Amino acid sequence: MLNKLWPAFIIMSFIYGLLNFNMDQLNNSIFESCKQTIEMILSFMGVMCMWNGIMEIIKETTLINKITKCLTPIMKFLFPDITKESKAYGEISMNIVANLLGLGNAATPLGLKAIKSLQEENKNKDELSNSMIMFIVLNTMSIQIIPTTVIAIRSSLRFY
Amino acid sequence: MNFINYISTIIIPFIIVFAIGYGIMEKKNVYDIFIVGAKKGAKIVIKLFPTLLAIFLAINLLRSSGIVDFVIDIISPILKVLNIPEEIMPLAILRPISGSASMGIATNIMQENGVDSKIGLIASTIMGATETTFYTIALYTSSIGVKKIRFTLISSLIANIVGVTTAILIFSL
Repeated sequence: MLNKLWPAFIIMSFIYGLLNFNMDQLNNSIFESCKQTIEMILSFMGVMCMWNGIMEIIKETTLINKITKCLTPIMKFLFPDITKESKAYGEISMNIVANLLGLGNAATPLGLKAIKSLQEENKNKDELSNSMIMFIVLNTMSIQIIPTTVIAIRSSLRFY
Repeated sequence: MNFINYISTIIIPFIIVFAIGYGIMEKKNVYDIFIVGAKKGAKIVIKLFPTLLAIFLAINLLRSSGIVDFVIDIISPILKVLNIPEEIMPLAILRPISGSASMGIATNIMQENGVDSKIGLIASTIMGATETTFYTIALYTSSIGVKKIRFTLISSLIANIVGVTTAILIFSL
């Protein structure tokens, strides 16, 4: 997708700039972009590292299990087909917790495990089951309480 | 409103202290664990750098060449009727397709307009309330090799639209 969009954007800009005698600004903006990106990434890195460190602590303690337990009523409502004994149950709740805490990178591996277990319980292997659809949709709609990445961007821009 | 502001300032320090305190109670080496996590964070950001550069380059070129103004001039009557800030449109369109690309756009919006401007707040909320829908669906379904996804895409896109419109509505009131 971006393999087509990105060059199209750049070529379009070049042609449009050429026709409108805008080359000065175009030239400046190339080097401005490089500078902007590196300044951005440097301040962004600090906040990102800090959050990941804190989240790692939560993951390594039993805190994560406690939060998972709090989810029981929500789980019953969202996934009526899944019993508590099922392997998928724990994996789904861990995935939801990781999503809630804004741990996108931790959520994905957990989610992939959960969908595999759901597939094992699936009666019709060619089709997604209701629980599987619910699970995927939950993951596509970003159920975050602490949107770590947005916090990182906002705070790094504020002190910029 | 003051109370909400107070909560949002206290919540982050509170989470940090709580997590560290909890780790100490369980006799974990919190310092070492923190360093491990922070290293992972650095890796994520470094991986993000090339994509961010590519997006910034494309956006800045589009803007400085004048194309963006040209397109906005064309569609602005429609956006005015719907009460949508024109800068938000590219973000809303790219968000379900590419996470890093939309992050680049959101960052750019906040840099140009300020973090706490109306547009900056809408961009932040969209980034926090939506996901890279297409990528996520492709990832999960391809990992188990299922092609019949029934109503997954429709429901996800509805969730996405709800996220974007809510973000715009909240800050337009």
